[in-house]
Amino acid sequence: MDINIKIKKKLNNFDLDIDLESSDKRIGILGASGCGKSMTLKAIAGIIAPDSGLINIGGKEFFNSDKKLNIAPQKRRIGYLFQNYALFPTMTVVQNIASGLHGSKEEKAKRVSEMITRFHLEGLETQLPRSLSGGQQQRVAIARLMAYEPEMILLDEPFSAMDSYLKDQLQQQLSDMLSDFDGTVILVSHNRDEIYRFCSELLIMDHGKILSHGGTKELFHDPDQKNTAVLTGCKNFSDIRIIDEHTCELLDWGTTLHLKKSIPEGTTCIGYRAHYFDPVWLSEGETPPENSIKAELSDTANLPFEINYYFRPQGKVQPGNPEKISWFVRKGGAAGVIKEKGLPDYLKLDEEHILFLK
Amino acid sequence: MSEIIDILKGLDWSPLFISLKTGVVATVISFFLGIFAARKVIKRSPGTKSVLDGILTLPMVLPPTVAGFFLLLLFSKRRPLGMFLYNTFDIKVVQSWLGCVIAATVIAFPLMYRNARAAFEQVDINLVYAARTLGIPDSQIFWKVVLPTASPGVISGTILTFARALGEYGATSMLAGNIPGKTATISQRIAMVIQDGDYKTAGIWVIIVMLIAFVIIFLMNLISSRHMKHVERW
Repeated sequence: MDINIKIKKKLNNFDLDIDLESSDKRIGILGASGCGKSMTLKAIAGIIAPDSGLINIGGKEFFNSDKKLNIAPQKRRIGYLFQNYALFPTMTVVQNIASGLHGSKEEKAKRVSEMITRFHLEGLETQLPRSLSGGQQQRVAIARLMAYEPEMILLDEPFSAMDSYLKDQLQQQLSDMLSDFDGTVILVSHNRDEIYRFCSELLIMDHGKILSHGGTKELFHDPDQKNTAVLTGCKNFSDIRIIDEHTCELLDWGTTLHLKKSIPEGTTCIGYRAHYFDPVWLSEGETPPENSIKAELSDTANLPFEINYYFRPQGKVQPGNPEKISWFVRKGGAAGVIKEKGLPDYLKLDEEHILFLK
Repeated sequence: MSEIIDILKGLDWSPLFISLKTGVVATVISFFLGIFAARKVIKRSPGTKSVLDGILTLPMVLPPTVAGFFLLLLFSKRRPLGMFLYNTFDIKVVQSWLGCVIAATVIAFPLMYRNARAAFEQVDINLVYAARTLGIPDSQIFWKVVLPTASPGVISGTILTFARALGEYGATSMLAGNIPGKTATISQRIAMVIQDGDYKTAGIWVIIVMLIAFVIIFLMNLISSRHMKHVERW
């Protein structure tokens, strides 16, 4: 299904300005809270109207400000899964599922019982939503929107209010339930793991605009902008000054990089993921290796499966308060060596993992 | 004791029926008007909202005699509206049972409106959005989704409205007067018999009023406890 969306809407603290064309079936929108992700979904579903622009889904025109066209959400056949599921609290499971159905009583009953079986809700037919567990509520919500036979499904942060154990279960459940859905699914989230798991195409949003758009794996592996890198989970950044094609000075980390690759033109900043540093211990009189940072420990955070060390870079660094460098060490891996030899003198950067950003 | 039985035997029960009749009719009118007003006000911008809200709540805040004064100004047969109603439809508001109903409705309406508004504002807007994406027509969403979800607040608002309408005194006495068998409500009858020094009859009416009040409170608790079953108590 082809999607073509160009919309603008003035919001309280920023302007939403979305331009998106895609024919992918699993699209993710990643962005911090309040960046306009949900607003974009609501505009697609027709719950809110953009100020101007157009929305075309699968060859159907849903919104066009030039033609004063705005199809009611009731006629769009777009399923919307809300963060809290928005089950009708006074209706039973069966009534919830049947709430959007048209047709004779028999047809409705048949459709509802199909959904009950398909989403494993047997025995819960007469329960009210408040007596259901989180997982059951999610199944009812999906059954309700699937009963309506949507052509597209929008998932609005479906897991953000859950503890991590339940989250993992429900992500699997949702992924199963959507696996045989043939239409387009758009998932909005501020959680990169969710997005990485569900979506083959990724949009990164910030302050109402799309920063990057591409394949999920490609964008995670090689983000081109600093904001994109932050949202994909990169922790460490340093401004750079390019000296020549293969050399640049790291202004925040007090060192100079000599690379085999050429530095892309217009690079203003590099990013380095916290897992990829190589520790270096020096013996007496040895010179530090190329592309490494001298750092002094500033903080430690002990996590269940890893230790997070925060280093303050040494040497000639930019004035102001340079950010600490974060290094994740897996317990059972390098953590054992650190226990034995003490903290490393230098952290070495591997050229392969350096992100060149704008 | 025998004295009380004698008073009960000779008691004119008409104030009870006038009060109940007035209360029921005023509550029914307030119920629909209050819900209608609440729905309209919620959709307004914050500025308009507070102005409208002030106007609609005023009768509850003003002393009932002040409300009665305004009602008299409006409906007196010497005033345009009163004159028009009397000459065209032969409707008399002042010194009539209709006056009782109008006075009670005006005074009790804000309770219905405010409770309904608070109850509607508590309804998660996502329920309405979900209903729209599920194809439920806009005209049905209010009755199928919003009103049932807000029902505890709406029901307790209705009961409070009934209680207020039942006990109305100030505005009623000014607009409808105290005509025995016609506009004399329980509250007015109590005031009158006390003026006559008949404390025993007054006492009997007081007991009746207290019984009604108790039933109302009991009903409210019953409804709220039914809706609170799933909530942990502290």
